[in-house]
Amino acid sequence: MTARDVVLARLRAALAGAPPAPVHHRPGHRRQGELPPGHPELVDLLAERLTDYRAQVHRATEATVADTVAGILAAEGAAAVVVPPGLPAGWRPGGVELVVDDDLPADRLAELDGVVTAAAVAVAETGTIVLDAAADQGRRLISLLPDRHVCVVRAEQVVATVPEALARLTPDRPLTWISGPSATSDIELNRVEGVHGPRRLHVVVTDG
Amino acid sequence: MTETFLGMPATAPAGVGNLRGDEPFPVAARRALADAQLRRNLRHATGTIRAKSAAVIGEVPDWPELRAAGRAIKSDTMARLPELLEQLEAAVTAAGGTVHWATDAVEANRIVTDLVRATGADRVMKVKSMATQEIGLNEALEAAGIEPVETDLAELIVQLGRDRPSHILVPAIHRNRAEIREVFLREMPGVDPALTDEPAALAAAARRHLRATFLSTKVAVSGANFAVAETGTLAVVESEGNGRMCLTLPETLITVMGIEKVIPTWDDLGVFLQLLPRASTGERMNPYTSMWTGVTPGDGPQQVHLVLLDNGRSAVLADEVGRQALHCIRCSACLNVCPVYERTGGHAYGSVYPGPIGAVLSPQLTGVEENASLPYASSLCGACFDACPVMIDIPSVLVHLRARHVAEQRAARRTPSAEAVAMAAAAYTMDHPRLYAAAQRAAGLGRIAGRALPPPLNGWTASRDVPAAPPQTFRQWWSERSRS
Ligand code: SF4
Repeated sequence: MTARDVVLARLRAALAGAPPAPVHHRPGHRRQGELPPGHPELVDLLAERLTDYRAQVHRATEATVADTVAGILAAEGAAAVVVPPGLPAGWRPGGVELVVDDDLPADRLAELDGVVTAAAVAVAETGTIVLDAAADQGRRLISLLPDRHVCVVRAEQVVATVPEALARLTPDRPLTWISGPSATSDIELNRVEGVHGPRRLHVVVTDG
Repeated sequence: MTETFLGMPATAPAGVGNLRGDEPFPVAARRALADAQLRRNLRHATGTIRAKSAAVIGEVPDWPELRAAGRAIKSDTMARLPELLEQLEAAVTAAGGTVHWATDAVEANRIVTDLVRATGADRVMKVKSMATQEIGLNEALEAAGIEPVETDLAELIVQLGRDRPSHILVPAIHRNRAEIREVFLREMPGVDPALTDEPAALAAAARRHLRATFLSTKVAVSGANFAVAETGTLAVVESEGNGRMCLTLPETLITVMGIEKVIPTWDDLGVFLQLLPRASTGERMNPYTSMWTGVTPGDGPQQVHLVLLDNGRSAVLADEVGRQALHCIRCSACLNVCPVYERTGGHAYGSVYPGPIGAVLSPQLTGVEENASLPYASSLCGACFDACPVMIDIPSVLVHLRARHVAEQRAARRTPSAEAVAMAAAAYTMDHPRLYAAAQRAAGLGRIAGRALPPPLNGWTASRDVPAAPPQTFRQWWSERSRS
């Protein structure tokens, strides 16, 4: 008998000895929020919740994204940032050195001052952005090693609830759910921002 | 050994891992109670988290429905556990991962050690994981000449301080900032001697300390909070980004997961991702959640392993009443509300699973006789049940395990203690609602009249107080108990 056979046989024996009642239906829960994706009040809620967890939120239009991102980077003195290969040309900031990710080695990424990505979806109620490694977001590594993450979210990507976000995502991509900058509650259970992930998180929300 | 015997539910083997303490709970707890600093640290930390958690749970309009859904999903999972594990295995394999099965801690440690050896690495980085602590993986790796590096801040504090974890979520909860600073100054190579005890400064010191490790280590070991059977997706919930580092940077990723962590569908994640952070750290959402399904070409580890661990879980599943302990999502809310935990701390429980959930899980994993004092490590006040996001009825399981302890002692022809006999009677009464209600009413009167219960519960109150008003009653229970 392999370990697999043993474990499965043990579990079947456990259930046969004391059969559990089958669960025929699951109690319902709230799947959708009251507001449709992209509603201005949802965008406001996302901004409020992100700010509550020390992310910085900026507003832009599709036409002003590049300038907004450039302003954020300049204000913090960031000189060189990485971008994923599929970041829209119109979002690329001027005034900084842009390094397009081309399987850059980790130690090179760790030296850069920041990263600019898109997002796959955002959850207003929890203040969360989700990356799914699409071409405009890039490999997981590029949004992890640089100390500053600027993430551009389109208003129509903002949903109210976690179940709504899951319905828009697919499990065959690696997913990273981000709610504020890196933090820890390990010291006296007080939240402190800034451990291993990017210590600064800027979210730019565009409204079309 | 016959094949039939091999295929029967089995408890976790002794002599490996961290499920059994060196001494019974009352002995360890007595020492902890003498430590005033420990109690101050715990009171401050658990009070902070309770307030945060209550606030963010209050924002969720359908919290009761979410809890009920969480419980239903877990019950359904347990009823179909063998099939769901086979489905998970097939999905992970189809996505390029490799699945291993381990009947117990010894086997799991050997599988992981062999996998690390095969890569040629002599160091692994670890994301905080209860399962690997349970099986004593670090000790096994060290014995094989492989250095395990804990990357979670609290685990790092514990590892550097040569200490033991004392809380599921915050293993160093028993340490305050001044003590953490001392550990760092003493044990962290190259640390700035001017380090202050500001939490932000301590976190920054950990960041500097671990950067080089993250960038140069080729193998990582993680646990998993959830595994989705239908898709093969694994999820790790964390705060600091050390999890993302371990899940993204190395060439090889080995995940060790208790078999009860599987959930049926992708959609089910929506329930647990709402329950866990609010009940656990008191956040609307933890800073980072990573999900991966097998191997993604060009992104993250290209060798992905999943070790499915039994180690006593089949024995827990075999107990009709006790199996709900397998529903636990390790949020630690029950610890944070427990009057006993708040006074004794986690070390007194002897196991990696402390607090109320530990008191019902550890004895079932090891066999009740090997952790016989744990089901008594509670005042049955019920706060844990109220706090549990998946509605595990911990008080009922405690009472049930006390009865099992009595029955097993009787079967072994040993005379059960007076306390054990009283508990068996209590278990019987609590299984019979009308009797229980009558006894409770009488108990309420009894508290005023002189803290005694009517038969059959009087054997129990002879040695302690009636369960209510946690702070005073536990202390009183304690002082009476230590005198007897
Ligand atoms: S038993 Fe419930 S409250 Fe306790 S850690 Fe598990 S899920 Fe959380």
